[in-house]
Amino acid sequence: MNTEELLYCDTHEWVFVSEQDGQKIATVGISAFAVEQLTDLVFMELPSVGTAVTAGDEFGEVESVKAVSPLYSPVTGQVTMVNEGLPDNLDVLNTDPYNAGWIMKVAVSEDLPKNLLDHAAYQRQCGEAS
Amino acid sequence: MTDAASQPEPRAETATALFSWHVEQGARMVDFAGWQMPIQYTSIVREHETTRNNVTLFDVSHMGRLRFNGDGAGVLLDRLLTRRVSDMQVGQVRYSLMCNHDGGILDDVLVYHLETPSGTRYYLLVVNASNREKIVNWIAAQWPDEAAVELCDRTLETSMLAIQGPHAIATVSPLLSTNVADLKYFRAKVTNQMNKPCIVSRTGYTGEDGVELIIREDQTTHILQNILASGRQFGITPAGLGARDTLRLEAAMPLYGHELNEDTTPLEAGLEFAVSWTNNSGATRDFIGCEALTEMKNNGQQRQRIGLLIDGKRVGREGYAVLADGQEIGMITSGTFSPTLQRPIAMAYVAPQFTDLGQQLEVDIRGTSVPAIVSNLPFYKKT
Repeated sequence: MNTEELLYCDTHEWVFVSEQDGQKIATVGISAFAVEQLTDLVFMELPSVGTAVTAGDEFGEVESVKAVSPLYSPVTGQVTMVNEGLPDNLDVLNTDPYNAGWIMKVAVSEDLPKNLLDHAAYQRQCGEAS
Repeated sequence: MTDAASQPEPRAETATALFSWHVEQGARMVDFAGWQMPIQYTSIVREHETTRNNVTLFDVSHMGRLRFNGDGAGVLLDRLLTRRVSDMQVGQVRYSLMCNHDGGILDDVLVYHLETPSGTRYYLLVVNASNREKIVNWIAAQWPDEAAVELCDRTLETSMLAIQGPHAIATVSPLLSTNVADLKYFRAKVTNQMNKPCIVSRTGYTGEDGVELIIREDQTTHILQNILASGRQFGITPAGLGARDTLRLEAAMPLYGHELNEDTTPLEAGLEFAVSWTNNSGATRDFIGCEALTEMKNNGQQRQRIGLLIDGKRVGREGYAVLADGQEIGMITSGTFSPTLQRPIAMAYVAPQFTDLGQQLEVDIRGTSVPAIVSNLPFYKKT
């Protein structure tokens, strides 16, 4: 993924939307900034394939030594695939959060929320937070 | 007004002498009991493992340091603390508790009995940062009418550094005028670091070998650099409060505000070793809280601190319910993912009938009941 082509939630999830056979498919993950802030990841709970997710609502959780953080879906739709190997290899999130570290793919059923940030806006938010 | 203006600027109580250094090292700073402290520099797990395998340096200057001078100090502390103090030899350090009249824990402390190079003996109390003000006020309220004792809060004039890990002794040995390797566990000495006064104690909050140094505040940066230079060959790194928490949890050391508070007694906390019921002659001791604690010892207690090993990878955190056959029987007070054991561990308070080693319990982790068993404490013991 080219990080500049992604959209971001202010809660640090990223989303990339592509089209397959007329269906919008969103690939969702968490940003390098989020991984760096969390550090020491120990657990991730993925949604099941087929689960309905709603933009802005929790779809899973990621846990570090320090704390547990909910994962929020950037889009509304149905989960079509999850990265099943990821919870057993969370280190991938440190090395490749935007490709091998993807979390789920969603068949998008509604327009993308207006409040998603582009790369520049997200970078600004992270700059203010750090 | 002119008087006030000519006074030196009061040092901000919220920053230790090493605040700028922590920031330069890239530490993530957090507010802890009103102090700006490093929670981590790189990663909690990395700092934890460096402490277990090599050596790390912790700035623990936020801990309160209260000095008691005068002939009446031992008598006063005997009354204030659950553990005998007046029979301590010079150079001894003891873990003790300060309780209220109900036997509830006001703080857990280390008491040092020390002697200056000129031969003056005194006691030093190291208290939790979060309790320092409360403890100073509590002691003032218990102050005897004709006390030959003086209390000096030395927290702001001094710094405290903990050097912890298997290479801690080798790291500090070349820097101090005393032979640290000969200092036994829970012993302390007033010594020198480059001709400046320094208290060294073989103590720590990590479950590892190590020392804690109390030094003059204006010497902190200088001594820090000496320690880092001396420890470089052993791979010394700084470590923050995050690793301090995972290390102490593996070592099953209670933390005030979590395992300990004013509604918890030393008996419930499993800290009876820090309660001296009698003095050396065998007579019953009269310390604050002794009546309530004696009653609890005779009549039994409602709950007991235990250790839990939890299945899976999810951490049972503070406030999560502990269940037996679906019924709530207690609550977790601290939990983390143990870097050493590579599994979630926790300390909890449960009803006494569920405290047997190997007892099967469950933890309610955000709505999911996860199996756990009662484990021996500590979770980790250095070999």
